[in-house]
Amino acid sequence: MPSRARTLWLPKLVIAPSFVLSLLFIYGLMAWNGVLSLSASRMLPNYEFVGLAQYEALFESERWWVALRNLGIFGGLFVGGGMALGLLLAILLDQKIRLEGLLRTIYLYPMALSFIVTGTAWKWILNPGLGLEHLVQEWGFADFSFGWLVDPDMAIYCVVIAGIWQSAGFVMALFLAGLRGIDDSIIKAAQVDGASLPRIYWRIIIPSLRPVFFSTLMVVSHLAIKSFDLVMALTAGGPGYATDLPATFMYTMAFSRGQIGLGAASATIMLATVAAIVVPYLYSELRGTRR
Amino acid sequence: MMARPRLSPARLLLLGALLLFALFFLAPLYVMLSASLKSMDEIRNTSLLALPASPSLQAWATAWSAACTGTDCGGLKPFFLNSLLMVLPAVGISTSLGALNGYVLSKWRFRGSELLFALMLFGVFMPMQVVLLPMSQVLGWLGLASSVWGLILVHVLAGIPSTTLFFRNYYAGLPDELIKAATLDGASFWQIFRRIVLPLSAPILVVTLIWQFTNIWNDFLYGVVFSGADSKPITVGLNNLANTSSSVKEYNVDMAAAMIAGLPTLLVYALAGKYFVRGLTAGAVKG
Repeated sequence: MPSRARTLWLPKLVIAPSFVLSLLFIYGLMAWNGVLSLSASRMLPNYEFVGLAQYEALFESERWWVALRNLGIFGGLFVGGGMALGLLLAILLDQKIRLEGLLRTIYLYPMALSFIVTGTAWKWILNPGLGLEHLVQEWGFADFSFGWLVDPDMAIYCVVIAGIWQSAGFVMALFLAGLRGIDDSIIKAAQVDGASLPRIYWRIIIPSLRPVFFSTLMVVSHLAIKSFDLVMALTAGGPGYATDLPATFMYTMAFSRGQIGLGAASATIMLATVAAIVVPYLYSELRGTRR
Repeated sequence: MMARPRLSPARLLLLGALLLFALFFLAPLYVMLSASLKSMDEIRNTSLLALPASPSLQAWATAWSAACTGTDCGGLKPFFLNSLLMVLPAVGISTSLGALNGYVLSKWRFRGSELLFALMLFGVFMPMQVVLLPMSQVLGWLGLASSVWGLILVHVLAGIPSTTLFFRNYYAGLPDELIKAATLDGASFWQIFRRIVLPLSAPILVVTLIWQFTNIWNDFLYGVVFSGADSKPITVGLNNLANTSSSVKEYNVDMAAAMIAGLPTLLVYALAGKYFVRGLTAGAVKG
């Protein structure tokens, strides 16, 4: 017979290590990173307090602004494009297609692969000379050129293409789950009233997917802010630093340029951005389940 | 294809669109696979989409055991083994802890446990850049810097929030009466877990194992920051291989290497895609 006292402390004891370790890992290291971002650390961490000097340096750095601008372009197109394509795929697949299972599998498999793997593949496909450019030229369009990957102004759009390719299936899966949850009778009633299918989707079905929209938006935009691997595999931030994102900026500063304080400051900005998106979302989700 | 007379033009258009999208999604995989079976001459002289004329596994062999990643020319084999060494314990430990935590958080709640869990949940979304610098110092102090063990530790720590979330949500669906009845019969905390909860856990166990396996196998950030010369995972090996600036670029070897790095997760996806999708959606929605 377990004593009452024992059943009271045992669960706490079991979960304590995970709580302590993960809260230290999350908030302890977060705070520590914050301290580093206020220090004069360069090659090695030191704790000479310099106030907001690293943040000032960060926002005076042209490279950081390039990274932010890229995040704007990449984030906007990756989130917008990925969600549009994902929703389109979900709606198309929702039309009682025989091959639905197979098509779903095909649309979603990129998500199972590492960005490093798919980035390596896309790098070759988008390679001027050997990839797509070569292919279209062989089709008889001798003047076709496609040099986005090595063009500092266009390379970020290559990252967008590969990013959307990778994530659209994931968005599709989320929307498809949402679509399956919609009551058929509403649609039937609208059909009886003579509404066309596109109109039903536009007026009834898509608006009722609002909660799915919201959570998909949260997840996809936080992925955009964290994007690192894809850029590293596809362009390594280049040409020059034309495709830097905050995540690759942080990595370069902290681990190859010996600018630890600056790297920590950029990480804090990333954290703040993700928190601004995710915290309200988590709050509403958790409150929802606590009835 | 069988002629199906009831196929309306709209329906044909729909199917056409779906198939075109399928081609778009499959193209990179096809390009990777076909290029990995070609010789370099063939790659230079034929187009991206041409089938390999005389398929050969030569590039795969080179990628596995002879390709250069930076200064080393031992292929991907050592990286692949590092990834295996890393992924098995990391997945096992993070999943076990998640199961225990989920059990406590759903069936043995105590004052404050929900709040602590909510705080933990932020770890699912936190940008990992924020822990990189302090973590590398911690690993140094622990003597785990540049080792597979350090990577295992980081993956376990980073994985606990999501594994806990998965199990907690799943266990919340198990009827509380089951636990109450067992308690009245005198079953202990552990007996209930082993005899009642664990046997009912197969579905969520599979989801979590697959989710963790895919995430940890595919990780690049921790691998590139925390590993040393002898502990680099496969993603770092592949990236080094593909970005080695040698005089002659062997694209067939690059593509074979990418296939090798991607095969384990592709295989898991092919065998248990349903559970993979469940993991994806569980990570995305629902608290």
